[in-house]
Amino acid sequence: MSNANLKLSYFAWVRERIGRASEDVAPPQGVRTVGELIAWLGERGEEYAYAFERPTVIRAAIDRVHVKHDTPIAGAREIAFFPPMTGG
Amino acid sequence: MATVRIQHEDFDAAAESALLTRGRTDAGAVVTFTGLCRDEQGALSALELEHYPGMAEDEIARVAAEAEQRWPLLGVTVIHRYGRVRPGDNIVLVVTVSSHRQAAFAAADFLMDYLKTRAPFWKKEIHADGSEGQWVEAKDADDRALEKWRE
Repeated sequence: MSNANLKLSYFAWVRERIGRASEDVAPPQGVRTVGELIAWLGERGEEYAYAFERPTVIRAAIDRVHVKHDTPIAGAREIAFFPPMTGG
Repeated sequence: MATVRIQHEDFDAAAESALLTRGRTDAGAVVTFTGLCRDEQGALSALELEHYPGMAEDEIARVAAEAEQRWPLLGVTVIHRYGRVRPGDNIVLVVTVSSHRQAAFAAADFLMDYLKTRAPFWKKEIHADGSEGQWVEAKDADDRALEKWRE
């Protein structure tokens, strides 16, 4: 079983490095947490390796709520990855 | 309930403040904070503000609800712009209304500290010649500013 129908969204330089704003993915079953998803994405190609080269700076949100990297992804519909925020 | 708006259009701080106090007799203090686009070295022609639609509204509403729990507020409005803004333009507005000034000042300060680190917005520099510059980097000082709100 894989984690089907997962939408990923990327913002700011994460989006620029990957070269797209969003995509649908089906990570394998072994990918259980946000941190494991980042590690899995980082192996998908050069652009992903570049975007996720420093995993600790990457922020994540599940269904539009901030989460930490140890958060399980089960049940998530949308996961977003982005750099530290600079609004205000 | 706070009013939260994410918009490209400019806002009128005085009009937003008046909206919150109109018809009230119990408001003793209104604090309005306006954050502007700033050019430090004369090299910046604009900032491009990217945001996460949907989450930006939700996250600011969560922060505003937290402020309303911590202080006795009679009204809160937060407006954050996105898209291209030029030096001198407005970026963000926070208005807080309370019976007494301490709550209004503290809540506005709290809202800005949390907006800077939790609201999903990212600023990119646009140079005077129109070329894209760097993404603005998050400041450690903004993270440290949150520590004063943790009890």
